[in-house]
Amino acid sequence: MFGLNAKDTSLLLIVAVLTLLAPFILNPFPEGSDLAQFNAGYPDLMQRFVIFGIFAIGFNILFGLTGYLSFGHAAFLGVGSYAAIWMMKLLSLNIIPAIIMSVIFAGLFALAVGFISLRRSGIYFSILTLAFAQMSYALAYSVLTPITGGETGLQIKPTDRPLLSNLADGEIGRANLFGLDMRASYEMEVGGWLFTFNSGYYIAAVVMLLAFYMSIRIFRSPFGMMLRAVKSNQQRMNFTGLNSKPYTLAAFVISGMYAGLAGGLMVAMDTQVGPERMFWTASGEVVLMAILGGVGTLIGPVLGAGLIKYMENILSKINDAILHQWFAFLPDGLENALVYLIHPFIGKGWHLTLGIVFMLVVIFLPGGLVEGGQRIARIFRRKKRTDSAADAAAKTPAE
Amino acid sequence: MSKSDLTRRRVLKAGAAGLATPTIFTGAVWAGSHTGFMNAPQGDTVTLGFNVPQTGPYADEGADELRAYELAVEHLNGGGDGGMIPTFSSKTLEGNGILGKKVEYVTGDTQTKSDAARASAKSMIEKDGAIMITGGSSSGVAVAVQALCQEAGIIFMAGLTHSNDTTGKDRKANGFRHFFNSYMSGAALAPVLAANYGKDRKAYHLTADYNWGYTTEEAVVQATEAMGWETVNAVKTPLTQTDFSSYIAPVLQTDADVLVLNHYGGNMINSLTSAVQFGLREKTANGKDFEIVVPLYSRLMARGAGANVKGIFGSTNWHWSLPDAGSQAFTKSFGTKYGFPPSQAAHTVYCQTLLYADAVNRAGSFNPCAVAEALEDFEFDGLGNGKTLYRGADHQCFKDVLVVRGKENPTSEFDLLEIVEVTPVSQVTYAPDHPQMGGAEATLGSCNPGA
Amino acid sequence: MDAIILQFLNGLDKGSAYALIALGLTLIFGTLGVVNFAHGALFMIGAFCAVTLQRLLSLSHQIVDETQKDFLGNPLKVDVPYVHDWFGPAAGQTIIEWSVPLAILFAIPVMALVGVIMERGLIKHFYKRPHADQILVTFGLAIVLQEIIKAFYGANPIPTPAPPAFTGSFDFGAFIGLDPNTIIYPYWRLIYFAFAMSVIAAVFAFLQFTTFGMVVRAGMADRETVGMLGINIDKRFTVMFAIAACVAGLAGVMYTPINSPNYHMGMDFLVLSFVVVVVGGMGSLPGAVLAGFLLGVLESFASLGVVIDLIPGINQIIIYLVAIVILLTRPRGLMGRKGVMEE
Repeated sequence: MFGLNAKDTSLLLIVAVLTLLAPFILNPFPEGSDLAQFNAGYPDLMQRFVIFGIFAIGFNILFGLTGYLSFGHAAFLGVGSYAAIWMMKLLSLNIIPAIIMSVIFAGLFALAVGFISLRRSGIYFSILTLAFAQMSYALAYSVLTPITGGETGLQIKPTDRPLLSNLADGEIGRANLFGLDMRASYEMEVGGWLFTFNSGYYIAAVVMLLAFYMSIRIFRSPFGMMLRAVKSNQQRMNFTGLNSKPYTLAAFVISGMYAGLAGGLMVAMDTQVGPERMFWTASGEVVLMAILGGVGTLIGPVLGAGLIKYMENILSKINDAILHQWFAFLPDGLENALVYLIHPFIGKGWHLTLGIVFMLVVIFLPGGLVEGGQRIARIFRRKKRTDSAADAAAKTPAE
Repeated sequence: MSKSDLTRRRVLKAGAAGLATPTIFTGAVWAGSHTGFMNAPQGDTVTLGFNVPQTGPYADEGADELRAYELAVEHLNGGGDGGMIPTFSSKTLEGNGILGKKVEYVTGDTQTKSDAARASAKSMIEKDGAIMITGGSSSGVAVAVQALCQEAGIIFMAGLTHSNDTTGKDRKANGFRHFFNSYMSGAALAPVLAANYGKDRKAYHLTADYNWGYTTEEAVVQATEAMGWETVNAVKTPLTQTDFSSYIAPVLQTDADVLVLNHYGGNMINSLTSAVQFGLREKTANGKDFEIVVPLYSRLMARGAGANVKGIFGSTNWHWSLPDAGSQAFTKSFGTKYGFPPSQAAHTVYCQTLLYADAVNRAGSFNPCAVAEALEDFEFDGLGNGKTLYRGADHQCFKDVLVVRGKENPTSEFDLLEIVEVTPVSQVTYAPDHPQMGGAEATLGSCNPGA
Repeated sequence: MDAIILQFLNGLDKGSAYALIALGLTLIFGTLGVVNFAHGALFMIGAFCAVTLQRLLSLSHQIVDETQKDFLGNPLKVDVPYVHDWFGPAAGQTIIEWSVPLAILFAIPVMALVGVIMERGLIKHFYKRPHADQILVTFGLAIVLQEIIKAFYGANPIPTPAPPAFTGSFDFGAFIGLDPNTIIYPYWRLIYFAFAMSVIAAVFAFLQFTTFGMVVRAGMADRETVGMLGINIDKRFTVMFAIAACVAGLAGVMYTPINSPNYHMGMDFLVLSFVVVVVGGMGSLPGAVLAGFLLGVLESFASLGVVIDLIPGINQIIIYLVAIVILLTRPRGLMGRKGVMEE
């Protein structure tokens, strides 16, 4: 189906089903229960999952296939974001032109940066991309303030009157898709559970599925083959008379456009941009997402993105009061001891947990989360001895 | 897909015990309206969102803010000694929560990044059903979260944010700031500087290269030039700079006799340390002693600069050594609970929480538009800064500003600043359309209840 | 002219910090082939060795002073450090004031120990793993280390002044025969420069003139062959890692009077030191040192008011701009060798 082999089709279908049912899957605990703290099925976080998923998928096309480690990918995300918000401020509040412009601008910027940076390889390439991104960040924060809004960033203001809009006086424009507000949600109540279906999330999710599909096609295409050849031995490839540069540059630009797409979607879901989006830690984050999930695998980067964003948004919100609530059933001494023990890892300590998770994953699962999935799948299969193709595809994407 | 911004989350959380409506309201038009706005609290509790930096360079300030919030919640719910509630001029707070609903809270980490701060605020709004968001320790975050709250229909009570923009060009109908701003720092400092250092000074500015730095530089330059000072040079320094030697050294080559450091946090500590190392304080220029000025002081940050702050002028929103009853009550309450005096960040967020609670009580409703109406042009006293006005035109508090100086002989690590002058509010008041505040173009927009 | 000399001095001073961190980073790259993202954290731990020693020396007991009041109106409890009791207030205070120089002695064993534990416990297992894995695990380690420091010391910078004897400035102008008071430079920064030069010289001498250093240099050039010669390279790697940790740690200790240390100072330096290493050329120790000083000096000149007026924002990007120009004109940085980290 869709020009994919059976294994890839089932992988795509599983991902599609998982994303579409995410409001259910991510909200396993009933409202009001102590564990509701761990629910991630609210619009903002679901949107972030798929947007950073797109970012990581795009990054993986470059890093996973060619082995070129870009340390400046956040710059493309930032450029895409700025392009999108300016489109919304000036032309239309419809997200389609904004997203198109963000992809184009990020692509052009990636072309320029890639053209220069790809003259070098290995760590020299990484530092070149890092240098470009850091320059973008520093300038956006300071001297480019008239264009970027500097520290306080850009938002849509009541005075912004896009050409193609008919806003009432003083009304603040809202991002929409042909009139459908990105923040519109439908809430479904089932027993103690509450599931939120948000229009913005579903638009982003559809875009992510398309992006994921494209990435499978790229992985399986002759072009993808060529990129893998670049990774395994560029010299040998050059000896055969093939010039690898156009291929790597194409991969770089494509992955830059993915980043721009993610940036545009971020603005579409939440209409603001700040320069921190381009700081080196943001570039580093996408590298970590890819490695954490499993470099070069199709689904890995998406899982890595999900894990990091989940920890950032859920762990950081747990505080001592919540811990006391959880352990209230225990005797006082034990309760306090447990709270004392867990305290360093939650709230302001969520970075510590993140660091430990990075280390544990890379020490025990060299192939990232995907390898973890594979191991679980193997145990599962050994037990059941029913080797279903779908299951294998879900847990073992090629590579 | 039916559009419903109105969340049922509160209903579910409250469960069956819910629907008891609180009783006494005094004549407010909004009274009794508990629907028709975002996250209307339904049960017998109400959730506030405390969004503070818990990681990154301002984590300690965030931690202090969080302590003050917890204290405020305790006092609102009738616990502890009540802190500033007895000294507060408005008497609607009776220790029974807000509008009779028990106050609960959720916390989040802004990381001092606007994206992270908005993500955290959104989760509080979407997931936890917070009715009000407050906190923050930088202007970039304050402006970003304020804009979000405006879009979502939630009240935003800003924490520590000093840039003019927050209630200047980026002001919002749903956002309120108790903290003072760059303009006020300049207006309060300039006369004190002129009185102490003379009126024919030549100033050299080093300015952090981002919005807050720009507004502070502008404010101090204008205020000091009005006193007769001359501005020799103003050099921008990168936010990420850690070693300021190459910016300090050129000061030696000019004929400037005052150095103004428009820096905050780590930048301030490092630039001040460099300036002292380069012997600027022993230097004489134009026959006068060379002086250093730090427009915005923070006690937490002053601690990092150690002995270097001694004798250096700056301004601050509040200091625990203030003798008025409100300040004393707050310091005692905070100090008894945590063992050290509160910072200005802690004070401002404590006040903001009380002011919000009181405004809801007076309005008789949690509706953001009702709360905004109650806060606008509200005059109060007893929260530590004397008589204060929450101006309706830009949602900025107007109150006395403290000019402080680094203490020569501190008795403890908290006793670093001494109050030189309490600048009366009349001296720091400006017109809502002041050019530094975005001019005539700046507008609050209209209040958004979110549903 | 005065301004140029001053900025040159500033550049050398900044360059000293860059060069010291880059030197350690290159030692680890070159010998062990590991991309160590935790190197900034080692610098930070070094700085906190100074803080820790300062705290240890100022360990106090409290005396109630009835004449003064604390902020709650109770009698003030005055902290009296034990060293004041033991050596008298004057001598005791001097000991506390000298805690930064003393911390050098304290930091060497601590950093060596940290280095050995890190290498034996973690890095060792990553020699054969892809660079991506090394980045992830050392980055994770860096986060864990800095969070631990944050848990103990908070997030705010902690003042660690130099001893009063070194707080003044040196009149460099008068020294070289110009007008007095035109070029003055803080003593401590001059000491930092001298200190950096001696550490760098010591590391080079160690590699150049000892058998151990010879083997390590051979290992840097061709690890496999050296391994085949039957030399126990593993043990030497551990020692090298410990040395690199010490270099980073000492750079941190001495840096504390210049900038008050905080828990994320390592991250602030991390990216910059990677740029320095790469501009110098992968695996080249002289390259790292040269690039450190070069970037330090250029950064200083870019922050002159006249330069900023000429090209707004140049002070924000100079280091990265120079890095790009150098890497485009010299493919392997200033002194890099072919084939190192180019895949």
